[in-house]
Amino acid sequence: MQTSRTAHATLPRKPALVCPAGSLRALTLAIDAGADAVYMGLKDATNARNFAGLNFDLAQARDGIAYARSRGREVLMALNTFADARAPERWFAAVDAAAGLGIDALICADTAVLAYARDHHPDLRLHLSVQASATTWEAIDFYRERYGIRRAVLPRVLTLPQVEQVCRQSSAEIEVFGFGSLCVMVEGRCALSSYATGQSPNTAGVCSPPSAVRWEDGADGVSARLNGVLIDRYAPDEPRGYPTLCKGRFDVDGARDYALEEPTSLNTLALLPQLMDMGIAAIKIEGRQRSPAYVEQVTRVWRAAIDDCAAQPARFGVQPQWTAALGRWAEGQQHTLGAYDRPWR
Amino acid sequence: MNTQMNARIALTVGPVLYYWPRRTLLDFYAEVAESPADTVVLGEVVCSRRHEMKTEDWLALARELATCGKEIVLASQALLESAADLRALHRWADQTEFLVEAGDASALRALAGRPFVLGPHINVYSQPALREHAALGAIRWVAPVELALDALALINPPAAPVTGGPANDTPVATEVFAFGRLPLAFSARCFTARHFHLSKDQCGFRCIEHPDGLLLDTTEQQHFLALNGIQTQSAAQHCLIADAPALRAAGVTRARLSPTSRDFATVLDLFERTYNGQADAAEAAAALEALSLPGGLVNGYAHRRPGLERMPA
Repeated sequence: MQTSRTAHATLPRKPALVCPAGSLRALTLAIDAGADAVYMGLKDATNARNFAGLNFDLAQARDGIAYARSRGREVLMALNTFADARAPERWFAAVDAAAGLGIDALICADTAVLAYARDHHPDLRLHLSVQASATTWEAIDFYRERYGIRRAVLPRVLTLPQVEQVCRQSSAEIEVFGFGSLCVMVEGRCALSSYATGQSPNTAGVCSPPSAVRWEDGADGVSARLNGVLIDRYAPDEPRGYPTLCKGRFDVDGARDYALEEPTSLNTLALLPQLMDMGIAAIKIEGRQRSPAYVEQVTRVWRAAIDDCAAQPARFGVQPQWTAALGRWAEGQQHTLGAYDRPWR
Repeated sequence: MNTQMNARIALTVGPVLYYWPRRTLLDFYAEVAESPADTVVLGEVVCSRRHEMKTEDWLALARELATCGKEIVLASQALLESAADLRALHRWADQTEFLVEAGDASALRALAGRPFVLGPHINVYSQPALREHAALGAIRWVAPVELALDALALINPPAAPVTGGPANDTPVATEVFAFGRLPLAFSARCFTARHFHLSKDQCGFRCIEHPDGLLLDTTEQQHFLALNGIQTQSAAQHCLIADAPALRAAGVTRARLSPTSRDFATVLDLFERTYNGQADAAEAAAALEALSLPGGLVNGYAHRRPGLERMPA
């Protein structure tokens, strides 16, 4: 197994571009646009994007895998919610199904699921999901030593020097988020949505679920509610965002503002040379719930950027047309470097 | 069955989640020493920048409380980001005087092979997951706050508990978060600093001015959440004082009460008299509601409902 440590000693390694596939259409577009791997989930609560109309049944998964294989790419399956106490077998059956499909790797967070995969499908490659909240090399090594995970996806909470530290000291491959909606809380450790709606990202695979959202027109504007809780209120001409709980406007000490986070997207294109220099194994694009057009165009930009950076890392610069293309798909048309950047410190 | 239904529910004083001045903290624990609490969890679990208490201060306090008959647990930080955070974890893991509560997977690696407590931020949602952690040495499990009581009974059945510890023969004890603002989320961003337009590194330790967190209300003035540095809590107090029969039926033997800056001795006393004495649960709940903290009482999570709801026991 090649580790980030050994990779670091030679040329900057070209990270794999891992793109979201919420549907077969998104999967084929991502592959055609240059994704090295796509990640998908089954149509149930075993994955963390359990929304109606998204994800794959077994036949679609087979078609998607065949399409990717014929072009030399990989398909990863996200099985990254936590098995329900009432029916953990459903999660284990999903592991069996993934193994039966010949998936290239499973992306898991639950120790119950990891242990089942290790014991029943020892040849199946395991990646540690961001939902496992592993933020240190030692946490990652816990999962590597015990479950044999080959790669870990880092939560979006570390600064660039901290990411570098993890890369240097962990013996697993490291994958980081490159672009997409920004989860401001540590993934796998946020119960805000379940507190308001009773549905949990950890167990049901949904955050701020559409079924709990209500829009109300009133004299003082349009109100967005999540199970009755007022998440935001918009003036008549104000652009409206999806009422994700942590990106609403609230009052703290008499001041109304985005108290937790603005509706904004993570975009780390500018950090590519540093990320490659650290030996990052893969860059993940967020957005299985986004449209196939989003997947295609974001993939295309990142493909070009990674290839450009690998060819001439010293001369790499973010091209204005890339920023413009990504800007169209960013939440609230805003970008941020999130925790990678100093202002969060 | 009857003995079990009357068995003592041990009271655990959870870690102080807020940044209190050293004097305030020591006064608080002096009061706890005199209380009916069985167990006291010590340590800074939220923010590594909080420095009123050093390692040696915590250990001295632990020894002092132990001589007062309290069982001591040292909790490791829930979110580790730096090499310094890992060093702090190992200061707890390297000592053998006191039991340690694991806050994350780094701690699981550091504590494996010896008896330890699984903290509430480690995701155990099914019996196979609890078995995985028991095999590492866990002898006590603080359930994730969003888990319903019926799920606890499935994960660690009172009639046939999962076993853990070094010889894997110790029944794992189930503890629930029974009172206090719910720790709901962690972030890399400090929301208290952000509110004051300060960076995290130059936060000025403003959270010391908010001994129970900073209230976050909806635009309709509904008390909703509380900001506590990088942690987000419920504004309401999660309160299971009226749920003792359901707790016992679910195999819960320990209740965690999360420290509040005021009236905590009253909270401890009310839980002791209700869980382990003859006090009326409805009257105790009313007494808790009359205390000084805003946000009201909720218990939805225990009943498989949204956490912010209040359900009859």
